[in-house]
Amino acid sequence: MTNENGAIFTARGLVKHYGSVVAMNGADFDLYPGEVLAVVGDNGAGKSTLIKSLSGAVIPDSGAMYLEGERVRFHGPLDARRAGIETVYQDLALAPAQDIATNLFLGREQRRPGLLGGLFRTLDARKMRAEAQRVMDELGVGISSVQQRVETLSGGQRQGVAVARAAAFSTRLVIMDEPTAALGVAESAKVLELIGRIRERGLPVVLVSHNMPHVFEIADRVHVHRLGKRVAVASPREHTMNQVVGLLTGALVMSEDGEITEAQDAVTAGLAE
Amino acid sequence: MGQCGPARGAGSTRSVVRALALGIAGALIFTGCTVERYWGGEKVADNGKAKIGLVTKTDTNPYFVLLRNAARQQARKHGVEFSALAGRFDGDNAGQVTAIENLVQQGATTILITPNSSTGVLAAIDQARAKGVMVLALDTATEPENAVDGTIATDNTEAGEKQGRYVRAALGNTEPQLLMIDGTPGSSVDTERHTGFLRGFGMKEGDRRILGADSANGDQNMAQEAAENLLQRARSVNSVYTMNEPTARGFNAALQGSGLDPIVGSIDGGCQGVSNVRSGQIDATVMQFPAKMAQLGVDAAVEHAKSGKKVSGFHNTGSIVITDKPMPGVPSKNTEWGEKNCWGDT
Amino acid sequence: MTTSVETAPSARKTNLGEFILRTPAVGPALALLVAIAVFAMTTDTFLELDNLSLVVAQSLVIGTIALGQTLIILTAGIDLSCASIAVLATLVMADLAVGGMPGWVALLLGIVVTSAIAALNGALITSIRLPPFIVTLGMFTIATAVARIYSDGQSIPTTDSVLRWLSTRRYLFGGIEVTYGMTLALIMVLGLAYALAKTAWGKHVYAVGNDPEAARLSGISVRRTLLSVYIVAGVIYGIAAWQALGRVPNADPNAFQIGNLDAITAVVLGGTSLFGGRGSVLGTMIGALIVATLRSGLTQAGIDDLYQDVATGTLVIVAVALDRLSRRKQS
Repeated sequence: MTNENGAIFTARGLVKHYGSVVAMNGADFDLYPGEVLAVVGDNGAGKSTLIKSLSGAVIPDSGAMYLEGERVRFHGPLDARRAGIETVYQDLALAPAQDIATNLFLGREQRRPGLLGGLFRTLDARKMRAEAQRVMDELGVGISSVQQRVETLSGGQRQGVAVARAAAFSTRLVIMDEPTAALGVAESAKVLELIGRIRERGLPVVLVSHNMPHVFEIADRVHVHRLGKRVAVASPREHTMNQVVGLLTGALVMSEDGEITEAQDAVTAGLAE
Repeated sequence: MGQCGPARGAGSTRSVVRALALGIAGALIFTGCTVERYWGGEKVADNGKAKIGLVTKTDTNPYFVLLRNAARQQARKHGVEFSALAGRFDGDNAGQVTAIENLVQQGATTILITPNSSTGVLAAIDQARAKGVMVLALDTATEPENAVDGTIATDNTEAGEKQGRYVRAALGNTEPQLLMIDGTPGSSVDTERHTGFLRGFGMKEGDRRILGADSANGDQNMAQEAAENLLQRARSVNSVYTMNEPTARGFNAALQGSGLDPIVGSIDGGCQGVSNVRSGQIDATVMQFPAKMAQLGVDAAVEHAKSGKKVSGFHNTGSIVITDKPMPGVPSKNTEWGEKNCWGDT
Repeated sequence: MTTSVETAPSARKTNLGEFILRTPAVGPALALLVAIAVFAMTTDTFLELDNLSLVVAQSLVIGTIALGQTLIILTAGIDLSCASIAVLATLVMADLAVGGMPGWVALLLGIVVTSAIAALNGALITSIRLPPFIVTLGMFTIATAVARIYSDGQSIPTTDSVLRWLSTRRYLFGGIEVTYGMTLALIMVLGLAYALAKTAWGKHVYAVGNDPEAARLSGISVRRTLLSVYIVAGVIYGIAAWQALGRVPNADPNAFQIGNLDAITAVVLGGTSLFGGRGSVLGTMIGALIVATLRSGLTQAGIDDLYQDVATGTLVIVAVALDRLSRRKQS
């Protein structure tokens, strides 16, 4: 089931004010089944507000969101999660002193069947560990044991845990906020591979990133955000990195039919040469 | 006694290990066995040497510090073991109970205590006495008084009476207008001094010439605050009862700039108090003799360990009015004498 | 698709430091053993069974209060009002019992009082987002004052058998005299340890203390978790009041004036981190035992209490320093 335009998740005309600051100014958004959609934009372009709206962490002042054909309203991250949207936050949202299995199931713990689980609310630690191990293996996140505490892991491994958690519980789509920002070259490559594997499993991924080479390596389409709204959707196959950078700084503009031209008002748009 | 005996030692020692569920304990107990040790029970010193424990209300009050130092000195003179413990704040019953228990365990032959009057402390004293420990109350009597073997203290009623008599004499023929700053409500020391003062002052509780009274827990700051409030409405005051010298100092601070100059009496005989008398902030203070209490207590403990003889009843260590303005009919010493015999630092 | 597993920096074999970090009660337990060993060798009387029983009895009240404090510190909070709430409850219990109410009703009402006050703490902290330090500092002052007002500054003795039950009822276990109070404390430690380790609630408590934002984003209701922790702590304070009446059958508004600090001392000595998210209730009980052991052992070694305080204080600093150092080594 998709929205009318074939997208799985659509947003139209999202607006968000923080006092007199306009963070979103009629932003649109479309995510199609099975794709990796990169969201790029300069600092302060409002992409973070857009992403938070999609994941329920921010409630837009106006506008509408449609998930698989139905209008959705999220009042918090839990609502989005219940709708099958999982988010990997930039700071990962992991509890460092706890082990991988605990983190994977944090907030969604599974209880033992029968009296123990019912009356004494005993958790099924063994089952959760096995499940965690399975997910980590499936996604190829290299760890020695799911009983390792998260704080003993490398940055890449932590990212792996956070991504695995999202992948394991997501039924609709996964949102990732700057997953490679804090990582070295090798670790970034691993995370991009992970994203690829999630796509193989049929889950669409929204990838927020500043890193153009990463975006061009993994994304199917690129959503360019500028001044609080979507100004273009580019394709890594048809466009160059320079063009995308031009679009997000405002030096270039994309017309309705996808043609890219130099902006008339490059200077006033903030591109000071 | 004397070894890790079969009766209590072996079987129960293993239980300790089990209870602690820790293997190392075994080795420790083994080492312990090589040391000569008692296994509890009778606490009378086998060698006739006293082992004295002192439990004061707190460590903070200079009065108790003096009591402690004097007792230690006396114990050293006799060459007997001495340790001092205290509650950690005024009214720390649990702390006193723990201290008593631990002293009994240590094998103390005599416990000297300035007791918090609490049923808990009394129960712990009872248990100590049941194990043959002589318990003497120092400075403060227990309620009831026979909860301990004996009491060595200032007769607080008498001390209060001396203060009352002095203040009344100093007033001469002036009609008394009295303010009273009491100690901790409900404490026996407070009640006795208060009652004694009124008796010596020649007044009954509820007399209309008592302009006001308030409790300040023997604390200078609280006393100042209480006095400030009382002085707001009692402008005609000419005589003041204070429960101890910090209270008197608090009162004096409140007097500053009021233009009033009542006769202020106090009790304690701390060196700071005596110097307050010399400088005229306090007109007279009734000195008590904590060092004497400590010495008598330690002597009694040593005697008890030697001969098994126990002290009983109340032993008054006496008190004397210290003032530089002696009044006829009220025996007193001057501040020079006071400074030689006072306790604490100035 | 297979990828080579990257070598984790700490995928090496679990070492001792890691073991201690994983089971935070091990360090304190070792410290307790060392203390016991030292006193066993230096004094004649410490290792007597009576004395061991006594040391446990002496650590019950603060130990129990510290259990509640542990829960709160695990959430990266702190409760300065813990002991004053318990003291108020002792007064309420003793007063109601003196007034002729059946002991168990007085007991329950006392626990209702502590739970309600602690819940109020929790509500202020979660709804207005005030720092726990400030809220509980205020509550400490209020509870102390209310206790004095309620009791008129007088202590209230009680002989009620239910209120005294925890120390008057006892049995022998392997030659050691065990009171019901000790048994209750053990049951509480086991129950809380279970709830913390084996239930979702426990995982949430740790997660909230570790990183509240991460917990929120993981779908945990931080508010509800915090509120529940304060309420459970309140119930524990009520039980601590019961333990206190067992030990000293005299409810006194001036008792346990620095019980809040004593409880924090026990928690810290027990290896729980003041920064939240790490620690255990078992460690806390051991921490309370360490304090009582020092007090008892040093007394029997003939050392004055001021030096005992020096020893305890030193140990607290050492404990926190070790906690810090071991963690720095890890990261």
